Amino acid sequence: MTTGYQIVVCGGIVPDPLQTLDPVANPAGPTIKNEMMLPAVLDPWAAHALYEAAHLAKATPGSKVWLVSLGPKAKLQQVMMTVAQKVPFELVALDGQAGGFTDTYEVAALLAGAIQAIPGLDRSRLLVFGGWESASRGAGATLQMVGERLHVLDQFQGVDRLAIAADGSFQILERIEGGRHQVSTCAGPPAVLGWATGSLPEPPNNSQVGMANMRTVMPALHRAKPAKVGAEGVTFARVSLPSQRRDTRIVKDLPVGEIAREIVAWITGA
Amino acid sequence: MEILRTLPGDDVRQILWRFADRYDLQMLVQSARSVARGPVARLVAEGARNSHAWTDQKASLLKAFDESGITGLFMDPEQGGFIEGPKNLALALVAFELSWVDGGAATSSLAGNLALAPIHERGTPEQRDTYMRRAMPPQPDEDRQIWRGAFALTEPLPYVGVETGLLSGRVRIAEWVEGKEPLLQVEKRGRFITNMGFANFVTAAVDSGDERIKGSCMVILEETDPGMFDRGAATRKLVHQLSSTGDPVFSLRVRASRIIGGYTVKDGVLVPRYSHGEIIEAVFRRTRVTVGLMTSAKLLSAVEPVIRYQRGRFRGGETITPGSPRYELGLQQKEDVLQRLIDVWATGEAGASLGFAAARLFDELDPLERAKDEIFARQGIGGGSAQMKALRRLQKDALEFLALSAKPAGERDAALEADPLVRFLLLDSLANVLCPACKLWNTGYGATVMREAVSLMGGYGITEDCPGFLGHKWMDAQLEATYEGPEAVQRRQLSLTMVNELFLEQFRMWIGEMREIAWRRPGTGACTLATAMEVWRWTLAHLQRATDADGAKLYHGTRQGVTFPLADALCWLLASRQQILDVLELEAKGPDNPVVAEGLAGLISFLTDLCHVQSARAAGEVGRICAELVHGYNRHPTWDGEGCGTSCGLGELDPLASFVPGVAGPAGGALEGSGHVRPHPPKAGPCVRFDGLEEFVRLRLRLDGCLTGARLAKDRAAAQLTTVMIPEALDYPQ
Repeated sequence: MTTGYQIVVCGGIVPDPLQTLDPVANPAGPTIKNEMMLPAVLDPWAAHALYEAAHLAKATPGSKVWLVSLGPKAKLQQVMMTVAQKVPFELVALDGQAGGFTDTYEVAALLAGAIQAIPGLDRSRLLVFGGWESASRGAGATLQMVGERLHVLDQFQGVDRLAIAADGSFQILERIEGGRHQVSTCAGPPAVLGWATGSLPEPPNNSQVGMANMRTVMPALHRAKPAKVGAEGVTFARVSLPSQRRDTRIVKDLPVGEIAREIVAWITGA
Repeated sequence: MEILRTLPGDDVRQILWRFADRYDLQMLVQSARSVARGPVARLVAEGARNSHAWTDQKASLLKAFDESGITGLFMDPEQGGFIEGPKNLALALVAFELSWVDGGAATSSLAGNLALAPIHERGTPEQRDTYMRRAMPPQPDEDRQIWRGAFALTEPLPYVGVETGLLSGRVRIAEWVEGKEPLLQVEKRGRFITNMGFANFVTAAVDSGDERIKGSCMVILEETDPGMFDRGAATRKLVHQLSSTGDPVFSLRVRASRIIGGYTVKDGVLVPRYSHGEIIEAVFRRTRVTVGLMTSAKLLSAVEPVIRYQRGRFRGGETITPGSPRYELGLQQKEDVLQRLIDVWATGEAGASLGFAAARLFDELDPLERAKDEIFARQGIGGGSAQMKALRRLQKDALEFLALSAKPAGERDAALEADPLVRFLLLDSLANVLCPACKLWNTGYGATVMREAVSLMGGYGITEDCPGFLGHKWMDAQLEATYEGPEAVQRRQLSLTMVNELFLEQFRMWIGEMREIAWRRPGTGACTLATAMEVWRWTLAHLQRATDADGAKLYHGTRQGVTFPLADALCWLLASRQQILDVLELEAKGPDNPVVAEGLAGLISFLTDLCHVQSARAAGEVGRICAELVHGYNRHPTWDGEGCGTSCGLGELDPLASFVPGVAGPAGGALEGSGHVRPHPPKAGPCVRFDGLEEFVRLRLRLDGCLTGARLAKDRAAAQLTTVMIPEALDYPQ
């Protein structure tokens, strides 16, 4: 029996945040203008989860990482050209719509189905990782539903740290209000961890890792099955970008102490 | 009408430049991009270019290159690399990505490869194994230092620079004990040598200074060799400051086994297997393509920041309200700035198309060249002139192959098709033209157009704050036009290689290809280009047999006033042709990719218009150059008896009046008794006759007509710039 972890990271793709993201309505529902043509990146929250997963797997011999990703196959392929160079993983691809206007319930069902279909997966050692929310829409619900469907009841959201104790139990830091963390302990796998930012930097690209990953990524993309996902029956009353607020005041020769006092007053709401 | 919705993304570029099926290259592009738009851009933004010295800050880039796989790219898998087979396209893509942000960073990366290239191309198996492995970044389980190299050819004036044969560096026998390997004393001074700030080894070109050594060679020098390894002062260059450049001095004692490619001993004389000229020819013909692409990257990188600047130019003004044309479009309300940006974009596309086509060609050529060498080795045919002689004998076969290639498959000669030597000859004849053409046109004309891009930013363009570092890029482009063989060297090479019968026959077939495309896709400008190609071909043939007014031969090695402009004209044609072919590739393959398929119609329409714009510009240049060359060496007639004999007679201009309005009008009456036209007071002089040039006149006239629609294409393309969606911000610091 393996002592390593079977870590499945659920991670979608989102448009590059530097692009112009302009919500528009079309007959099938809302979408981002020219979304298909915009460059995409791995959802930043999911990316943190992936780096944490790879770090844990490297530190725990016998572990393996899968990345389960739902998105248009062609766009997934482009994103993989970068992501696959970061850390070792095996891709499980689902060819379907990605973005902020799909139904979370449907997405969770597809992801859970894909995880269940991974050959030889040891559910007793399973850790389901993902972002606690998404850059395309912060519903924060998908991962919880994936866990429920897999009957994994130990779930943690907004995770910033996972420490493994000598007895194999976990100590987990979850974000709570006020910039503080809640510390939980868990006996061990299986568990669902929805990551916040974690604490690891983005790994540099490694061409050797990339070439090794690509041996499984490309076949996975080729055999990716079409996955019907959308938001049938859902009506979007309104979609818009968060409004930007910028208050600029130009003041010359303000002493540093005065600037500091203003910042403190702003933070404390005084 | 379908419109251009976004700037072309990676999926589009992969199809245009033919690496959609190469995930290794796609990953490499992303890797190089992350270095370029991360550490490299941060260094430029922090002002690291403002010093000549090689600093720790700049040296940090080397680590970034190592970690991202850029350093190891040059190596084969058995040496620790990760890309199988030829790497010309891979190297070109990396240089393109790095130059998108900073040319010096690209040069720094390429210079290491340049140092290794003599060893890679001509080194002994032992030399290749030793130095390629040492230059590979260590793996996590390895405890060793990486070796970095420099390529030392250029010397202080008056020695090797443009003239690569004039070496002052010397190699002598220091010690030669019977039955043992000779020891050599190498004296070499370098100038403008890249990577000198940190190089652990140098591949240096030297000539024999000893009657016991025959000719020139290249030797490998290491920093720990006994003697002097002086890195020299940093060059006070104004450009590419993220690369380390210095003027080193070497006085070192090395074993003869450091001669690149090895040597033999004949009658007591040490004979290097390869002269320095043979080695640098093999090296530069590949690396020059990459340099050409560096300037094209700059041009294409300018598009987004210029559009953003144009649109936001007036925002923030008290009277400029959101929603008003002045707020939304800014400078883009004016036709001129749009059309000038179209010129920048079209030039960048054409240059990139030409450069990547040349890089792919070398990828195809490399294995054939190795096959050729193996075949000749089996036949006992040595290098140099013996090989050239053998290849000349095959020229007829290659021409026959071309003649048969247009016929149905069953009527072709299967033996010829399968003959690697025939295929080598054909590709080699193209490579010998495309490489210098890319280096010459992409960098030379690219630098001129880069100035235009800078000017579109106004005063902002020549500040360090200019988004996209356009001012730096303009200056950098000038160096790219100079190093690895300046423009004159490229023109000289083209003047020799473009008259190769094999190239000319393929060029003739390309004219037919462009005509066919023009029939199928009239809006591409292929028709214009085909006619311009005919004009160029006719002019070359004419100049090869014609003489000037004094009876001197026109197409001759010493008449650079003839050969060089004609080489320039050819470059315009080659770039424009490849641009058209790339767009047709996208049109054919784009629908298979769902990402590209969305919005493909608008993109194709726009890129087609860019082709039309560029082909018209190319045709204009070719027409002007060819007309000057064809007519310019005939003496202008004067109003004397001899002059009148060569000028138009009464009524001869009348037929021309139908398409050159007014040409016959001012001629006035005839000189008494001469039958020739009389000078009319407002007319400058007698009009020449075109005896023997009727075909050229017809082609020129046709060329003018072929420009039909080119300006409409430019109007359409320019209009697209006002609506295309661009990112909110540049994806690298400024």
